[in-house]
Amino acid sequence: MSSKQVSFKQLTSPQEELPKKVVLGAGTLSWIVLLSSWFLLSASNLVPTMFLPSPMDVLSTGVRLAEDGTLFEHMWASVQVVLIGFIVSSMLSIPLGMLMGSFKIVQAILEPLVNFIRYLPVTSFVPLFILWIGIGIEQRVTVIFFGVFFQQLVMISDVSRGVSKDLLHAAYTLGTSRSKVVTQVIAPASLPGILDTLRVTIGWAWTYLVVAELVAATSGLGYISLKAMRGFQVDVIFLAIVIIGLLGLLTDQFFRVLRARLSAWAN
Amino acid sequence: MGQLAEPLPSTVSDEQQKQDNTTSTKEATTSKKIQLHIDEVTLKFPTSTGTDFTALDKVSMEVRENEFAVIVGPSGCGKSSLLYLTAGLNSPTDGEIKVAGKVVDGPGAERGMVFQSYTLFPWLTVSENIEFGLKQKKMPAPERKKIVQKYLKEVGLESFADRNPKQLSGGMKQRVAIARSLANDPEILLMDEPFGALDSQTRMQMQQLLLQVWEHSKKTVVFVTHDIDEAIMLGDRVFVMGARPGRIQKVLDVNIPHPRTLDMVMEPDFISLKREILSLLHDDLTEMH
Repeated sequence: MSSKQVSFKQLTSPQEELPKKVVLGAGTLSWIVLLSSWFLLSASNLVPTMFLPSPMDVLSTGVRLAEDGTLFEHMWASVQVVLIGFIVSSMLSIPLGMLMGSFKIVQAILEPLVNFIRYLPVTSFVPLFILWIGIGIEQRVTVIFFGVFFQQLVMISDVSRGVSKDLLHAAYTLGTSRSKVVTQVIAPASLPGILDTLRVTIGWAWTYLVVAELVAATSGLGYISLKAMRGFQVDVIFLAIVIIGLLGLLTDQFFRVLRARLSAWAN
Repeated sequence: MGQLAEPLPSTVSDEQQKQDNTTSTKEATTSKKIQLHIDEVTLKFPTSTGTDFTALDKVSMEVRENEFAVIVGPSGCGKSSLLYLTAGLNSPTDGEIKVAGKVVDGPGAERGMVFQSYTLFPWLTVSENIEFGLKQKKMPAPERKKIVQKYLKEVGLESFADRNPKQLSGGMKQRVAIARSLANDPEILLMDEPFGALDSQTRMQMQQLLLQVWEHSKKTVVFVTHDIDEAIMLGDRVFVMGARPGRIQKVLDVNIPHPRTLDMVMEPDFISLKREILSLLHDDLTEMH
């Protein structure tokens, strides 16, 4: 089969690889469809402009807010909250999750508790956090930490538990001690899975950010959305959504590249 | 090896031993000290029915220094369990195992093991895998490098030094695993069906390679397999096990001279040994029913 032509059979065979050009083309196409439908729908007057601004309106709003600096100010406020919450959470969940996955006793102690907390909706804690912590940045960071940490813990402990016992046995017979096996075998073997976990959970961090900012904040992308709703500036809401999406995409790509760099052996 | 400024101590003694062995093989094997001593080892597992399953029942065996011992038996006879106990990766319910005079109590670098599954560390290159045990010993880098080079050469993978394990074939992976164990200079090398997952062509190549490597290093080897041809091809002695409960039925001497070649499987000595082992295993199977 030539590299340029893709047969119908190839497209409809499960798990069949496709040429890069086709994959890229298909991805671009879905974006074009989305943007042009938005464009057409807003131009058709089927939906009032008050509810659905055109892509151009959103873009010009973006330019206007970027010029007066407010956009970057709120973006930075949001990015800060996400990063602090996410980094603090990851720094604790990675070692603790590895311990939980490596030692049954740590798992036995933590798992029942973690599984209980994990299923509590983070949103239900927001009023409590406001009472306890106030409406400053600490409160939003706490919401993100709370939303991400327990999920990370369970996912990372699963990753570590999944490390082949044969690898541990091999390390033991090569003279590795029980404690060193954690740092020299379980840690490197878990790295790709840990990076996957971070990639997934940073997406959730963005979700909780907006929740936190919608409820109580004086800055951030969620906050300007809420303010825009009161002032009926739908274009600003759209802008905030687009920017959160783009920032999310950026962090996702960051972890994708990081994983490819740090653990090429697992790809 | 001669051009190295400071020859490794192990290399020197290996060379000397090789000379000793070639001059008087028969005498050497009979007068050698016992390297592995398994004394009435019993291993029981609790089962869901409440009664214990006896995997090994008072198994005793001795392997001499520099000997290539093969344990052959049907699946479920506990031959791998015996190896895991020797490695210290599991503890016997009763009995004692000594390697080089020391009672086994947990795993250690002096008992190297090559596993049936591929156990190379996938995040390390071939050389780094071979180096792993030496780093655990905190050996200085220049010394490590020499040893890694020596064993890369020994298993014929010098040009693959910087590859990742996933770029290797199954046979190559096991060659690295053998090099990795030997680089550690263990008292005994335990091999748990290391060629079990390989195709029969590769398997035969690997047997020849292992014999070659063993001729050079003269390590004490305990090799577990269910393949009778493999057992005779490799072993100085073959320990034939039986199942339910796992025990040693008979110990057979393989009086086939080295170097052993592939066409040896057609020779009368080989065939008569094979017949004897087959009938032992067959009788054990029929007794069960």
